[in-house]
Amino acid sequence: MPQPSDTRDLLILGGGLVGMTLALAAAKKGIASHVVDRADPASLTAEGFDGRASAISTASWNLFTNIGLAESLEPYGCPIAKIAVTDQLKPGRIDFAPEEHEGSLGRMFANRQLRLALFEAAKAEPLIAWHAGVDVVARERGDHGVSATLADGTVLKGRLMVAAEGRRSPTREEAGLKIANWQYNHRAIIAGLIHSQPHENVAWEIFYPEGPFALLPMLDDEQGRHRSALVWTVDESDGDGVLAMGDRAFIAEVEKRMGRIFGDLQANGPRSSYPLGFHHTAKIVEHRLALVGDAAHGIHPIAGQGLNLGLRDAGALVEVIAEARRLGLDPGDAEMLARYESWRGLDAFMVSLATDGLTRLFGVSGPGASAIRRLGMAGVQRIEPLKRWFMDEARGVSGDVPALMQG
Amino acid sequence: MSDATATIRPDEAAHFGALAADWWDPKGSSAMLHRLNPVRLGFIRESIDRHWGGDIESASPLAGKDAVDVGCGAGLLCEPLSRLGAEVTGVDAAPENAAAAAAHAEAAGLDIRYMAGEIGTLDLGSFDLVTCMEVIEHVADKPAFLAALTTRLADDGLLILSTPNRTAASRLLLVGAAEAVGAVPRGTHHWDDFVTPEELSGLLADAGLTVTQTQGIAWRPGKGLHLSDDMSLNYILAARRA
Repeated sequence: MPQPSDTRDLLILGGGLVGMTLALAAAKKGIASHVVDRADPASLTAEGFDGRASAISTASWNLFTNIGLAESLEPYGCPIAKIAVTDQLKPGRIDFAPEEHEGSLGRMFANRQLRLALFEAAKAEPLIAWHAGVDVVARERGDHGVSATLADGTVLKGRLMVAAEGRRSPTREEAGLKIANWQYNHRAIIAGLIHSQPHENVAWEIFYPEGPFALLPMLDDEQGRHRSALVWTVDESDGDGVLAMGDRAFIAEVEKRMGRIFGDLQANGPRSSYPLGFHHTAKIVEHRLALVGDAAHGIHPIAGQGLNLGLRDAGALVEVIAEARRLGLDPGDAEMLARYESWRGLDAFMVSLATDGLTRLFGVSGPGASAIRRLGMAGVQRIEPLKRWFMDEARGVSGDVPALMQG
Repeated sequence: MSDATATIRPDEAAHFGALAADWWDPKGSSAMLHRLNPVRLGFIRESIDRHWGGDIESASPLAGKDAVDVGCGAGLLCEPLSRLGAEVTGVDAAPENAAAAAAHAEAAGLDIRYMAGEIGTLDLGSFDLVTCMEVIEHVADKPAFLAALTTRLADDGLLILSTPNRTAASRLLLVGAAEAVGAVPRGTHHWDDFVTPEELSGLLADAGLTVTQTQGIAWRPGKGLHLSDDMSLNYILAARRA
């Protein structure tokens, strides 16, 4: 028998990486939440469900530390010491490497490990009421609170609704928040690789006219084999073909693009793909509603910033709500939500635009274009402030960083 | 309000009563108050923590304390004070305001007592916290009004007042431009009734109070309303018994 639920500060729709981080960060500030997700956590954390890996910037790592996840995650993170950017493996490569005292450029994690750590922490957190494997059939945002009705008739109540459902957020659609949206007509192929030579903690971004080919360093597996995660952008029309290839044909195609920089290659685990696109909403708040993560802005994974941007939304929103609480204001206070919007709107748009600009720069074909790209890259190598900006973005420490994400 | 000792002009009480229903719309005619609210609450929170030496992280720094907001309107300040843990009484000269405030608090699930009338004539007892935001500029007999507020203040109590300053800038922006563009409803302010921080400090001293802190509430493009050293438009102060 469905029971009417208690009214909590937050009603978070979408309990993925961003939504659950938000709930945990809020809980650390004493803010209670409902977290609603249609997926069953056991299937989300099953081996082979999601072969994706994420770069966790220094700022995002600070957030994980502040919500108590660092200890359980630490053994699974592979530090990125350097990012090597090249145009089709031609000369003119740029290396982004921090100074000794600046620490790593981030850490690589299998998304599965991040989910396991977040879900475990969420289960142990009394301020989080987690409703998994359920469908939301109705949403309401009223004068004094918000509610979501589940398929079994249960009504969950809160003061502020947070849409964290990813790029196709039904809550955003229902609220009528317009998004600027374009598709790249490209697909990212995600796969694991095992290679004979160590990656030496270097992440590679190799640009081809069809799009970037990225290698992200992972920790060696239990048998001591060297591993990297591959994010390979292919033309939309080639996507299904690449997914259907046998392992041997796939590795041959991969080897054409990365050469023998890591020695002999072997496929590791299942392949998956997702369509690439750029979308951004100018308005990320509405009456008692805030958007976070991909529901607000999706970016090309070229710079590995998608999750970091979403985590920064979570950090900023928690800071704003905690401030509202300190002042005795309702978590859905319009004035406080306006602060969140002005804080995050511009930052997310800057990263989205810069990333989109990079994609377009490298998406132009022809030998002339390649020369321009290499010139462009040499330019970036030389222009110190620009390089600094790139590095700071990758580490997530530029702009106004939420307090939860400062070291 | 036919009481001969009434300190609030009848025409002013009627003016705000007409606005009551619209108070809680953040985009309505009280939009400026909604924007002002987090700013003045920032000052109030800091004053509370300093006055009682409380934990700045606490979600309920007013637990176990009584508070009264004088000139409460539809409860924009009473509700936050209630969430911060206080037993709150809201007083407003206009009965429509008190009624609107009570209805809103009930719907929001907050237990707040609202009373229509004047602070000087209601028998309310004393309070740990007395707040009075943007009221004194509408009051004819300021010394009598401040004496009435002081009567309501507990021995170890904290009084917080905010009001526009009487400067050329406030005449131009608050009375002229803000009313002209509709940021503040027309007829809200009479510049000649404004008091400067020095005058108010003197009036409070006459009532037996000492000002412990004063800050300006300023506005800047890109930053909006914020606490500042610039007191030329509006200011907020904390006071206690001398």
